[in-house]
Amino acid sequence: MNQSFQTHVAPIGAAAAKISTRGVDVFYGPKQALFGVDLDIPRNQVTALIGPSGCGKSTFLRAINRMNDTIAGARVEGEILLDGENVYDPVLDVVELRARVGMVFQKPNPFPKSIFENVAYGPRIHGMARSRAELAEIVVRSLRRAGLFEEVKDRLDAPGTSLSGGQQQRLCIARAIATRPEVLLMDEPASALDPIATAVIEELIDELRANYTIVIVTHSMQQAARVSQRTAFFHLGRLIEDGPTAEIFSTPRRRQTEDYITGRSAAQRPGP
Amino acid sequence: MNAPAPHRGGAAEARRRRRHRADRLLRLLGLGAISLALGLLGVLIATLVIGATPALTQTKLRVTFAISPELIDPADPGIGAYRLILRRGVAALLPEQPTTMAEWREIGGIVTGNTQFAIRDAVMADPSLIGRNLTLTVPVSDAYDQLGKGLTSRDTPPERRKLSDREIARFDALTARGAVSRPFNWELITRSNSRFPETAGLAGAIVGSFYMLLVCFVVSFPAGIAAAVWLEEFAPRNRLTDAVEVNINNLAAVPSIVFGLLGLSVLIGVFGLPRSTPLVGGLVLSLMTLPTIIIVTRAALRAVPRSIREAAHGVGASRHQVVLHHVLPLAMPGILTGTIIGLAHALGETAPLLLIGMNAFITDPPGGILEASTALPTQIFIWAGSAEHGFVSRTCAAILVLLGFLLAMNAVAIYLRQRLERKT
Repeated sequence: MNQSFQTHVAPIGAAAAKISTRGVDVFYGPKQALFGVDLDIPRNQVTALIGPSGCGKSTFLRAINRMNDTIAGARVEGEILLDGENVYDPVLDVVELRARVGMVFQKPNPFPKSIFENVAYGPRIHGMARSRAELAEIVVRSLRRAGLFEEVKDRLDAPGTSLSGGQQQRLCIARAIATRPEVLLMDEPASALDPIATAVIEELIDELRANYTIVIVTHSMQQAARVSQRTAFFHLGRLIEDGPTAEIFSTPRRRQTEDYITGRSAAQRPGP
Repeated sequence: MNAPAPHRGGAAEARRRRRHRADRLLRLLGLGAISLALGLLGVLIATLVIGATPALTQTKLRVTFAISPELIDPADPGIGAYRLILRRGVAALLPEQPTTMAEWREIGGIVTGNTQFAIRDAVMADPSLIGRNLTLTVPVSDAYDQLGKGLTSRDTPPERRKLSDREIARFDALTARGAVSRPFNWELITRSNSRFPETAGLAGAIVGSFYMLLVCFVVSFPAGIAAAVWLEEFAPRNRLTDAVEVNINNLAAVPSIVFGLLGLSVLIGVFGLPRSTPLVGGLVLSLMTLPTIIIVTRAALRAVPRSIREAAHGVGASRHQVVLHHVLPLAMPGILTGTIIGLAHALGETAPLLLIGMNAFITDPPGGILEASTALPTQIFIWAGSAEHGFVSRTCAAILVLLGFLLAMNAVAIYLRQRLERKT
């Protein structure tokens, strides 16, 4: 067993990386969910995290913007550097971190407020607009960038929850980019959506890449192949392999990766 | 494999019949329980309504009093032979004039005992009445009220009723003259407590209960929400907070009379707050309401989906912003409903109020939270223990008033919940 051994097919170097993690362990109480993850995430690219359920990919994602802090008993060890700055540094303010690292969740979760308020909330609490007009400008720009503005421009006062699932998810993306983050974390953003809404979201992710560093967790191999430039495969809390998406899907280095991508389970695998 | 089909045939048929019988039985049991509860409630309400009906009207006598100048001190209209004025006024309505002192006393006793003071007060308020006639419609005293409402039978042997044949004859003469009327008894809610049932009302108790609930709300609502928010959103999980949690739940189960003792010994005894006041009553009730509010608030906070908290954290809201901007507003309908139900509970609470002296005899509504007062449940308690016949129906009526307030508060709770939930 040498699962902890990790292979970096194409080292991108810490200098080019927007985010680099070194030896990240995550514990939920006594249970360890992540084991020594070293991963470099390049800027202005989409990095997909794939792996079977419970492999720790969501845990890793949530460690980046310290969302695990909100879970009682969760503990993170190791280093997660955002532009060379450790996000777990005690002097770093978690609120500022989350303004810089936006997040989109698996299930669309708009606030039970108006569409406008949903997008305006982040900029408002971070004091990003000096006037109502400036705030409205941010809201419109964010909705436009999320590809939702044309659909909702006549009903910005309608509750965010009145939109369809796909629209709600785009509203959540607009909300996340309204605070002008540098990184967008997406936790299976299309898993609750139908294929058409999924296609719209994927297209959007591709457009957003120009301005943001995106990390996306997905269960869909096709989605990972379609939207990401780099892919990291997690298994049982360890990072097994990462590299350019094309390589991971065509010539995986590791047996576990290949089995997962081709849909073979451990039981079907011939013995070592 | 030729096993018989397991879901067909006689055994399966028998099983199905048994299952259906059990289903029917369960449904019947439930229906029976509901019918029993509704039936008992119906009996209770019907008894109260029937009992309270006599208190809805009050027998009154219209009398013209001659305010003779020679019976009043010209220097001070507060001093005068008002009792004589009263007796002469009533006697003037009668066919036969009294001759003995006893007869004069009986005639004066037809109207309620406060009447001479009512005349005096009217003259003091307007001294120009001296030398003129003053016409008042005054309540008759309890025995005549009972007679007027037909609650005292004329067939009862004289030694077993309060009024003699002569007195009944006088009342009949007054009725024949058209001086007796029986209007709706607004005094029941516009007047305060009195020794005489015919002039006793609930105004003081209603105002007292209102002030008490006000104090209770002002103290327990913010404190309850703050405590619940801390416990639910901020408190670390350790032995101390576990102990706090257990004790809050215990506090909700403490018998209310214990809180009354606490109010008596600590609030009145140690801090020297004035006895019988809505302030002390409200504080004691808020001790009782606080655990209820904490418990419902925590439940309401817990019911707010985790996704909303995550969404707020995700855009960089700090912990207090998450709570104040998102979680609390969403929990508000539940909190308000629980609070109102807690307050309704407090409104009906009697035992602790008895201990802090809110069952005192007080004839004026309190002017503030620092004035002695009664409350609705203690007023009911006082009236229920009074000997006069008129208090029986008034007690029933007071219970109906209390139930009415409780119903109204619950209706407000339902209305608020539906309105707030529709908005979110």
